[in-house]
Amino acid sequence: MALHLEGGVNESIRQHGVETYPNECCGALYGRDGVVSAMFALPNTTEEGPRRRFLVRPQDYREAEARASALGAELLGFYHSHPDHPARPSQYDLDHAWPFFSYIIVSVRGGVPEDMTSWRLLEDRSAFDQEDLTHA
Amino acid sequence: MPNKIHIPTPLRPFTDKQDAVEVNGATVGELLADLTTRHAGLRKHLYTDEGRLRNFVNVYLNDEDIRYLQREQTPVKAGDTLSIVPSVAGGAPASAVDTAPALSSEEIKRYSRHLILPEIGMEGQRKLKASSVLCIGAGGLGSPAAMYLAAAGIGRIGIVDFDVVDFSNLQRQLLHGTPDVGRSKLASAKDKINALNPHVQVDTYEVALSSENALDLFAPYDVILDGTDNFPTRYLVNDACVLSGKPNAYGSIFRFEGQASVFATKGGPCYRCLYPEPPPPGLVPSCAEGGVLGVLPGIIGVIQATETIKVMLGIGEPLIGRFLIYDALNMKFRELRLRRDPECPVCGDNPTVTKLIDYEQFCGIRPEPAAAPTTGGGVSDWEITVQELKQKLDAGETPFILDVREPNEYQINRIPGSVLIPLGELPRRYQELPKDREIVSQCKMGGRSAKAMDFLKSVGFTSVKNLKGGILEWVDKIDPSQPKY
Repeated sequence: MALHLEGGVNESIRQHGVETYPNECCGALYGRDGVVSAMFALPNTTEEGPRRRFLVRPQDYREAEARASALGAELLGFYHSHPDHPARPSQYDLDHAWPFFSYIIVSVRGGVPEDMTSWRLLEDRSAFDQEDLTHA
Repeated sequence: MPNKIHIPTPLRPFTDKQDAVEVNGATVGELLADLTTRHAGLRKHLYTDEGRLRNFVNVYLNDEDIRYLQREQTPVKAGDTLSIVPSVAGGAPASAVDTAPALSSEEIKRYSRHLILPEIGMEGQRKLKASSVLCIGAGGLGSPAAMYLAAAGIGRIGIVDFDVVDFSNLQRQLLHGTPDVGRSKLASAKDKINALNPHVQVDTYEVALSSENALDLFAPYDVILDGTDNFPTRYLVNDACVLSGKPNAYGSIFRFEGQASVFATKGGPCYRCLYPEPPPPGLVPSCAEGGVLGVLPGIIGVIQATETIKVMLGIGEPLIGRFLIYDALNMKFRELRLRRDPECPVCGDNPTVTKLIDYEQFCGIRPEPAAAPTTGGGVSDWEITVQELKQKLDAGETPFILDVREPNEYQINRIPGSVLIPLGELPRRYQELPKDREIVSQCKMGGRSAKAMDFLKSVGFTSVKNLKGGILEWVDKIDPSQPKY
């Protein structure tokens, strides 16, 4: 599997991670057929400490899904940042993942965005599979 | 007639790309079961291996989260629509659990019956070790709660109390034993907890909880356990919990009845949503006045401890939005449904109480008048001390001593020559009282008898005095041969 970020999306995700540092950022990814044409920043509503967690509430998820039809696109997945941690999914990410979505993780160290990776949950929920990530 | 279930984007590959599926059943659980029968690939994404709905799977019946209805038992009607709505969550490693302290091999042995419970396990036990609770009071409720929480392996237990152990505590306050009488409750509690489980850190605060210190005391704790016995402190604990965002594991007891709930959680109701205003002072007697069954706090305090552990671990269905009432005489539990009141002055949408207030005043308990008219003896002319009463009796005077306690209290001890008319019977029996003699009104500690005095003055008695300190003072100072209660 592969995911391609169209113009501006790559920079916008990194910028969001910088803005919320040292807390995690999160947002939705829109597009079609492995191409992300738009992103939308969402509030991180976790109550477990936003430095290590993010949560998209059900009502925000519902809006994110409604926005997909408005954009004439599909909801392809979500992105979030790992402040001062590598861009690799945690056990917590795995436990909470949904199938078929792409999960982009951007590592932000000391306020500077570094690696960005994308992941998909395996069908049996046992692990993530990394997908190639390219951008314009 | 089938009902419709809306399927979110990531699950549509399992439903042949359909965004809604029609299913049959009488409850939410049956509809979901029918869905996963038709589209088996959904099962492992919706349910854990143990068959519970995953916690990031939200199910809405029309627009209501089923967690606020009857969960999977919620009945469905024709035309109802179900929606599966994901919570999307994640985060970097090194969470609270990842950094939670490890267990020593002694601790693993000690907690083995927890460790083999899937709902707790190693992860949960480490969470408990990383958790902290502040018990307000080391009395009837605080005793069983603190003891069980200590045994369960809560890492840090704080206790706020400033009392000394009294013989009358021993009937129900199991943190304290007969040799502890006269010791501070904190010292006795700390010894008991350390003996139960030396891995628990016990922090003691020998202060009266107040509006000035409550927020600072609460700050380092995860959960507050309310074991107080009076309304001003109860409202203070509630408001401080709401203001500091700490869950309040609430319990209270009286005679044969107990209550418990969990207040002040995010989005949940608080004590004020249930009781916006305190009862008028004196209407609800304290346990010291009304009595309490000794085993009752054992039940309620252990319910508070159970809820504390569930909140810490995030397991089960905590007593949030539910008010449990336990009747020991009939051995019955009842449950009232509670909702957060949007108009609540503390936790509502537009709170008017945004900092801690004077709770004595809020509950209508005025401090004693500082400049009451006094006679030579230093006592106001509406009060009489036990020494003065003794002198009068010794001098051959015959004041009418009116005991306004209950008959069972009168059986325990009494002032010789006193006449019993319980406070509640006074309005229809006051004509039995002599108009031409001085009346000394008396109860256990002086509270009820002051009300009796006020009442008698209001119906025309002019020579009435209240016995300061009541029968307890009489026994202490004049007649130690009589028992106290």
